[in-house]
Amino acid sequence: MDTMISTYTLQVYWWLLVSIIGGFFVMMTFVQGGQTLLYRLGKTESERDLIVNAMGRKWELTFTTLVMFGGALFAAFPLFYAVSFGGAYYLWMAILFFFIIQAVSYEYRKKPNNLFGERFYEWMLFLNGTVGIFLIGVALGTLVTGGHFVRNDMNLSHWTTGSYGLEALLHPFNLAFGLMLVFLSRVLGSLYIYYVIDDTEIQKRALETLKRNTLIFLPLFLFVAGYILSQNGYRYDPKSHVVSAATLQYLHNYLSYPALLAILVAGVVSLLWGIYLALFKHKNNAFWYAALGTVMTVTAILFDLGINYTVFYPSLSDLQSSLTIENASGSHYTLFVMSIVSLLVPIVLAYIYAVWRSMDKHKLTKKEIESDPHHY
Amino acid sequence: MEHIDMLVDWSRAQFALTALYHWLFVPLTLGLTFIVAIMETIYVKTGDEWWKKTTKFWMTVLAINFAIGLATGIIMEFEFGTNWSNYSWIVGDIFGAPLAIEGLMAFFMESTFFAVMFFGWDKVSKKMHLLSTWLVAIGSNLSALWILVANGWMQHPMGMRFNPDTARNEMQNFWDVLFNPNAVNKFLHTVSSSYVLASLFVVGVSAWYLLKRREVKFAKRSIIVAASFGLLSSLYMLTTGDQSAYQVAHTQPMKLAAMEGLYKGEDRAGIIAFGILDPDKKPGDGKDPFIVKLEIPGALSFLGYHDLQAFVPGVDDLLYGNDKHHIAAIQQKIDEGKKAVATLKAYKEAKKSGDKERAKAALERFRAHEKYLGYGYLEKPEDAVPNIALTFYSFHTMVGLGTWFLILLILTLYYTMINEIEKKRWILYAALWSIPLAYVAHEMGWIVAEVGRQPWAIQDLLPVGMAASNLASTSVMITFWLFAILFTGLLIAEVKIMTTQIKNGPEEH
Ligand code: HDD
Ligand code: HEM
Ligand code: HEM
Repeated sequence: MDTMISTYTLQVYWWLLVSIIGGFFVMMTFVQGGQTLLYRLGKTESERDLIVNAMGRKWELTFTTLVMFGGALFAAFPLFYAVSFGGAYYLWMAILFFFIIQAVSYEYRKKPNNLFGERFYEWMLFLNGTVGIFLIGVALGTLVTGGHFVRNDMNLSHWTTGSYGLEALLHPFNLAFGLMLVFLSRVLGSLYIYYVIDDTEIQKRALETLKRNTLIFLPLFLFVAGYILSQNGYRYDPKSHVVSAATLQYLHNYLSYPALLAILVAGVVSLLWGIYLALFKHKNNAFWYAALGTVMTVTAILFDLGINYTVFYPSLSDLQSSLTIENASGSHYTLFVMSIVSLLVPIVLAYIYAVWRSMDKHKLTKKEIESDPHHY
Repeated sequence: MEHIDMLVDWSRAQFALTALYHWLFVPLTLGLTFIVAIMETIYVKTGDEWWKKTTKFWMTVLAINFAIGLATGIIMEFEFGTNWSNYSWIVGDIFGAPLAIEGLMAFFMESTFFAVMFFGWDKVSKKMHLLSTWLVAIGSNLSALWILVANGWMQHPMGMRFNPDTARNEMQNFWDVLFNPNAVNKFLHTVSSSYVLASLFVVGVSAWYLLKRREVKFAKRSIIVAASFGLLSSLYMLTTGDQSAYQVAHTQPMKLAAMEGLYKGEDRAGIIAFGILDPDKKPGDGKDPFIVKLEIPGALSFLGYHDLQAFVPGVDDLLYGNDKHHIAAIQQKIDEGKKAVATLKAYKEAKKSGDKERAKAALERFRAHEKYLGYGYLEKPEDAVPNIALTFYSFHTMVGLGTWFLILLILTLYYTMINEIEKKRWILYAALWSIPLAYVAHEMGWIVAEVGRQPWAIQDLLPVGMAASNLASTSVMITFWLFAILFTGLLIAEVKIMTTQIKNGPEEH
C-alpha cells in the first residue's frame, strides 16, 4: 500500500484523532461528576436511585471511550504507550484501579446479597469520580511537565525514579490539571442531571452545585491555561530531530494556527455559555453547549501540545529521549491502515447518537425507576 | 540477573492472574448473548409473554457477568503498556492495530446496544430491541475476533518485517495479520467453546431448578434451547480443537511436544489417553517420561499432521537437533541469534558515527542472521522448553472434559425431548456439577496456549525476559497482590449476587 500521503501528515492526523478522543472522554466524565454528587443532590434514597440510574445509562460509554483512548494511543503512538505506561507505572495502575471499581458498582449496588453493601459501592463510585479523574488529570498534565524516562538507541526505555510516576503528584501544574478535571466533571455532571432528570428538587440543587463548582473550576482553568501558554516548552528540529528548549512554544503554536486558536476560544465560550444558560435562563438543554465546548477546548489543548514540531512528552532525565509525534508513532503502513479504519468513526458516532436520542426521548422520573424492575 | 528473573516472574504472574480472571467472565458473555438473542427472537416471533420473561431473566444474569467482564478487561489492555513495555514497542506496530480496531468496532457496539437491551424494553420498538440484542451478541464476538487476531499473531507472527532503524517489527501486510490461519482457527475454537460453556451454564442452572422441582416449564424450555445450541457448538468445538492441534504442530512444535509429554520424537506417535508424568524427568536424560500411561497409537501423528505415519518431533529432538529430520539444535539457533544481536549493534554504532559503508555492511550481515534474532536473547537452550507438566495436564483435562460435555449434552437433550429428564436425577446432578467443569476446561485451554508458548512472548521472535517493562520487581509484586485481592473480592461478590438472583428465580422478572 504505497500512498501519496506523507508519514508526517498521517502522524498529525492521528495526533488529532487522539486529541479528539481525549476531548470526548473528558466530556463524558460528566458521569463521574454525577457520581460524586450523589449525596449532594440526592437527599432521599429514591432521589439517589434516580441519579444513579441517570448516570448508569451512560457510564459504559465513558468507560469504553477511555479504553478507546488507550487503544488509539497504542496503535498510533506505541512508543508513548511503552514509555509512559511502562514507566509511570504506579500512576497508571492507580488510574486503572479506580476505574475497575466503577465497572461493577452500578450493577451490584442494589442487588441483594452483594457482599459489601450498598454504601460500599456508592463509595466506589465516589472514589472513581474523584481520585480516578484527578489521577487522569495528573497523567495528562505530564504531557506538559514531562516524565523521568530514558530511551536507548533500541528505543527501549526505563524510568529513572523509583516512585514510578507518583512523583508527578508533586508538581503543582499536574495537581491543578487533575483538580480542574474533577471540578469540570462536576460542572458537567450537574448540568447533565439538570437536563435529564425531571424532578424539581433535584434540579434546584443541581443549579446550586453548578454555581459552586463553576466558581472553583474557573480559577483552576485559568491557572492551567495560563500556565500552558506561558511555558516555554521544547521543540525538535524537523531534519535532525534534535530536541532543544523553545520559547513560548505552546502559545506560538496557537498563533501559527489561528484556526486552532479559534476552536479553543469557541470551545471555552460555548462551555461558559452553557453554564450561563443553565444558571440564568434555566434552559434544560444547556448541557449540550457545555458538552460541545468541553470537547472543543480539550481537543484544542491536546492537539496544540504535539503539533508544529513540539515535543509532546518531554523527558526530564535525558532531553534527547523526549517523545514527539514523529519518533513515537507507528510505521507509515500501520498509520495508513488505521486511517482507513478510522473512517468507521462517523458510523460509530452516528449510531451512538441515534441510540442516545431514542433512549432519552423522555426525561427520567422517580416513577419510571420504581416501575422498572431492571433499574440499577 | 536474579533481579530480572524476579521481575519477569512477577510480570508473568500478574498477567496470568488478570487474564485468567478476565476469562472467567468472557466466555459466558460470548455465549449467553447469543442464547438470549435466540430466546428473544422466539418471543418476537410468537408474541408469547412467557418467553419475554425468560429472556429477561437470563439477561439479568448476563448483566451481572458483563459488569465484571468489563472491570477485568480494562486492566488487560493497559497491561501491555505497563508490564510489557518493551513488547509494546518491539511489536506494537502490528499488535496495537487489532486492539484499537477492537475498541472502535466492537466495544462501542457492545456498550451502546447493551444499554438499549437492558433499559430499552419500553423505549424502543420490539424489532429495534431485538436488533439491539443481536448487536450485543455480534459486538462481543467481534471483540473476541480482534483480540484473538492479536493473540494468534503472537503464536504465529507473520506479515511484518524488522526495521533496524527503529528497532522494531513493522507491519507489511494487514491481511496476513487478519487472516493468519492461527488467528482464524483460534477465534473459531474459542468462541465455539464459549458457546459450550454458556450452554452448560444454562443447562446446569435449569437442572438445579428441576432438582428443586421449581420453575419446571422454564427450566425445560431453557434446556431445549441451550442444549441444542450447546450440542452443535460442541461438535464444532471438537473440529476446531483438532484444527488447533494441527496449527500447533506446524508452527509451535515445542508446544505440541509439551502437550503430549513427548520427549523422543517418533513416527506414528501416539496420544496419551491417560498418563502420569515422572516429576524427575529432564530433557535428554533418556528416562521414560511417564510413570503410568495409556496410549492410543498413531493418534498424535494424525492429530498434528492428519497422517497416521507422520514423524512428530519430541522435546529432545527440538532441543538438541535431529539431523535425520532436519531439525536444528536450539544451541545453533542461539549462536545465530547472538550474531544477529551483535551485527545489529554494529549497525547502530556505525550509523551513529555516520559511517555509511560500515553501516551497510553490518546491515547485510544482520539480515543474514535476522531470522534468529529472538534466540539471541536466550541464555541457554533449556530456556526454550516450556513447563511440560502444566501444559500436559492442562491439555488432557481440557480434552477429557470436552468429550464428557458432548456426552452430557446429548443425554440432557434426549431426555428432555422425551420428557423424562426429571426422572434422571443423576443427569441433573451431573449437569449442575459440569458448570464449574466448563470453567476449568476453559482456563486449562488458555494455560495450554499460553504456558505452552513459553519462553516466547512472540513465538521465536521475542522471549518474555526481553518483553517486560524495566521496573523494580517489588512494584509489580505490589500491584499483583492488589489485583489478586480486588478481583477475588469482586468474584465472591459476583458469585453471591448471581446465585441469589438464580435462587429468586425468573418469577421476579
Ligand atoms: C470448554 C472449553 C474447551 C474444551 C472442552 C476444549 N477446548 Fe481446546 N481450548 C479452549 C477451550 C476448550 C480455549 C480456552 O478456548 C482455548 C485456549 C486458547 C484457544 O485458542 O482456545 C483452547 C485451546 C486449545 C489448544 C491450544 C491452541 C493454541 O495453543 O493455540 C488446542 C490444541 C485445543 N484447544 C484442542 C482441543 C481439543 C482437541 C479438544 C477436544 C475435546 C478441546 N480443545 C476441547
Ligand atoms: C489478553 C488480552 C485481552 C485484552 C487486552 C482484553 C481487553 C478487554 C477490555 C479493555 C474490555 C472492556 C471493554 C469495554 O470497555 O467495553 C474487555 C471486555 C471483553 N473482552 Fe477482553 N480482553 C482480552 C482478552 C479477551 C479475550 C481472549 C476475549 C475473547 C475471546 C475477550 C473478549 C472480551 C469480551 C467479550 C468483553 C466484553 C465484556 C465482558 O467480558 O463481558 N477478551 N476486554
Ligand atoms: C483471556 C484469555 C487468556 C488467558 C486465560 C491467558 C493466560 C495467560 C497466562 C496463564 C499467561 C502466563 C504464561 C506464563 O508466563 O507462563 C499469559 C501470558 C500472556 N498472554 Fe495470555 N491469556 C489469555 C489471552 C491472551 C490474549 C488474547 C493475548 C493477546 C492478545 C494474550 C497475551 C499474553 C501476553 C502478552 C502474555 C505475557 C507474556 C508471556 O508470558 O508470554 N493473552 N496469558
